[in-house]
Amino acid sequence: MINPNSTPILTVRGLRASINGTEILKGIDLTVKSGEIHAIMGLNGSGKSTFAKVLAGHSAYEVTGGSIQFEDKDLLELPPEERARAGLFLAFQYPIEIPGVANTQFLRLAYNTVQAQRGKEELDPLEFDDFVREKMKLLEMKPDFLDRSVNEGFSGGEKKRNEILQMALLEPKLSILDETDSGLDIDALKIVAQGVNQITNKDNATILVTHYQRLLDYIVPDYVHVMQAGRIVITGGKELALELETRGYDWINENNSSIAGVLA
Amino acid sequence: MSAVLQSLVNQPYKHGFVTDIESDIAPKGLSEEIIRLISAKKNEPEWLLAFRLKAYQHWLTMTEPEWQNVRYPKIDFQDISYYSAPKPKKKLASMDEVDPELLRTFEKLGVPMHERAALAGVAVDVIFDSVSVTTTYKQKLAEVGIIFCSISEAVHTHPELIQKYLGTVVPVGDNYFAALNSAVFTDGSFCFIPKGVKCPMDLSTYFRINTEGSGQFERTLIIAEEGASVSYLEGCTAPRFDTNQLHAAVVELVALDNADIKYSTVQNWYAGDEKGIGGIYNFVTKRGLAKGINSRISWTQVETGSAITWKYPSCILRGENSVGEFYSVAVTNNYQQADTGTKMIHIGKNTRSTIISKGISAGHSNSSYRGLVRVAPTAEGARNYSQCDSMLIGDQCGAHTFPYIQVHNNSAQVEHEASTSKIGEDQLFYFSQRGIGAEEAVSMIINGFCKDVFQQLPMEFAVEATKLLSFKLEGSVG
Repeated sequence: MINPNSTPILTVRGLRASINGTEILKGIDLTVKSGEIHAIMGLNGSGKSTFAKVLAGHSAYEVTGGSIQFEDKDLLELPPEERARAGLFLAFQYPIEIPGVANTQFLRLAYNTVQAQRGKEELDPLEFDDFVREKMKLLEMKPDFLDRSVNEGFSGGEKKRNEILQMALLEPKLSILDETDSGLDIDALKIVAQGVNQITNKDNATILVTHYQRLLDYIVPDYVHVMQAGRIVITGGKELALELETRGYDWINENNSSIAGVLA
Repeated sequence: MSAVLQSLVNQPYKHGFVTDIESDIAPKGLSEEIIRLISAKKNEPEWLLAFRLKAYQHWLTMTEPEWQNVRYPKIDFQDISYYSAPKPKKKLASMDEVDPELLRTFEKLGVPMHERAALAGVAVDVIFDSVSVTTTYKQKLAEVGIIFCSISEAVHTHPELIQKYLGTVVPVGDNYFAALNSAVFTDGSFCFIPKGVKCPMDLSTYFRINTEGSGQFERTLIIAEEGASVSYLEGCTAPRFDTNQLHAAVVELVALDNADIKYSTVQNWYAGDEKGIGGIYNFVTKRGLAKGINSRISWTQVETGSAITWKYPSCILRGENSVGEFYSVAVTNNYQQADTGTKMIHIGKNTRSTIISKGISAGHSNSSYRGLVRVAPTAEGARNYSQCDSMLIGDQCGAHTFPYIQVHNNSAQVEHEASTSKIGEDQLFYFSQRGIGAEEAVSMIINGFCKDVFQQLPMEFAVEATKLLSFKLEGSVG
């Protein structure tokens, strides 16, 4: 929700980034305050997933300009693990499989690492087991999933649920959900959305990166940004997403200046 | 490949110290004279000298094998010293009389014998260069009739057993390096578990090569009589020298009816430096004969060291219903090379074998699995299951699998599975995005990968192996 008194969690200014010498992000400005949900929409190749990965610190991308402030920290100074420990979470579009590493072991290590950073109590395997099972109910996950290897042989839906489970465990300040809706059937989408809605509150913030309006029926954004060729070309409220759904992305190119006027 | 991975693999070798002890070294070179010298030094009976000379004559007719997937310059066998023993001040009667300098070496290696023996209930037979220094717990074992001592001691105290079994599993002319070993072996461990006895503790040997330019040719012989069982642990380290040292050991196991021998190795010989200079050539022949019905031979190895590892701990399954097992983790880094695997020879009816091999390659290293499963016409109902998994860290290393399957009986079932995976940038990014640093991530992935093998190790070895692997790969990421 939008609250004029809330404080910024993320402040991005003039962010430029490239991969293998090709510039993908060409100057992004974005401010996300606590309590807010932002949707970033755009066609494939518009740079929205790159933006998510650059925020998380993926080493394949080189930041060539601009700044990212995360609460009181200069995010660009921090390696990825420290960004995560500071409370930045990325739910991956394609969560990678890690054969041989049990999910429960992985989740507990991640949980305890973040807990230690926050000066809070770490949990032993038994305590953690109780704790994680509670959280799993939220996402209607089967218990056997804890003993399986991280994401190995998971269906698309299971992988996405696993991401949201991790989000629920780690209680991030800022969650970035990269195309979390892709590959989900409508039931799974509802469950995932329900999970996200239970996690969001007035002290944290969420960025939804998505191609389709569909997800936004279940997680209602406060702001919608449209990216094109590495820039945010337009910003509006949740109704912008609906307009895009009916009129398509071409509509923006044709009417860029006039829409901006309407929404301002 | 990421700098993270690079630095994680590159950690200095911590056993690379040399102990300053006066050694009794034979002049370099190999000849009948040298063999006679070794035999004389050890005051050996005539039959053993004959055994050595026969092996030497065999060796002279053989050529060094070249089929293995490793590269190294020709070994000059005349440039090796075949006998090196720490000069004892007097005859040792107990642990307290062992050279304190030597004891300190073992402390540094993390083998405090007194403590280790007392706390862990492990009897340690320590081989330093070529001579067995002392055997602990001998008395306690003797009470149940177990003989555990150096092989040169056994030659004098139990010549009938040595004469009966030595060379029966690995004949003198078996292969080039086994022939060499048979000619020049200087010491090793001997272990005899009599009928019906379950060895009350794990038996353990620690090998260490201390003298530059010396080879280590130890010989191990383990006999488990009807219904006996034993778990034997072997650990290896060597100081750091710029020259390569040859380690050509032979291990023979014999299991009679219903007997069970479990042999576990954690090998951490010096692997050479990050440019591939120096390190041990580990060319070892290990073979177990499951001679009796329902007997079982189980090999577990964690190979982390050596410039070159070349060995195939094998099982000859002769007894009906006998079982052979091979569990292996081989880690190579920098310019290390490993060509390792096993041979399962099914001869008896309903014999079963399991092969689980995990190869991990990092840096510029090369790791090969080579395994033979042979089912003889007599092996009605034989079964084998093989699983060979390789993991690559970085993109400069290689992993290869060479399975050989020869089935001569239609009732046999042979399964082979293989996989190759890679610790990639994206996996590490996934971990780091959850707050987990690269080193912890790699160690978690590796331990998960090796789980099936580690759980076969005795508890204290499993802990050691886990630490060793993390240590070995520490800094390959960063």
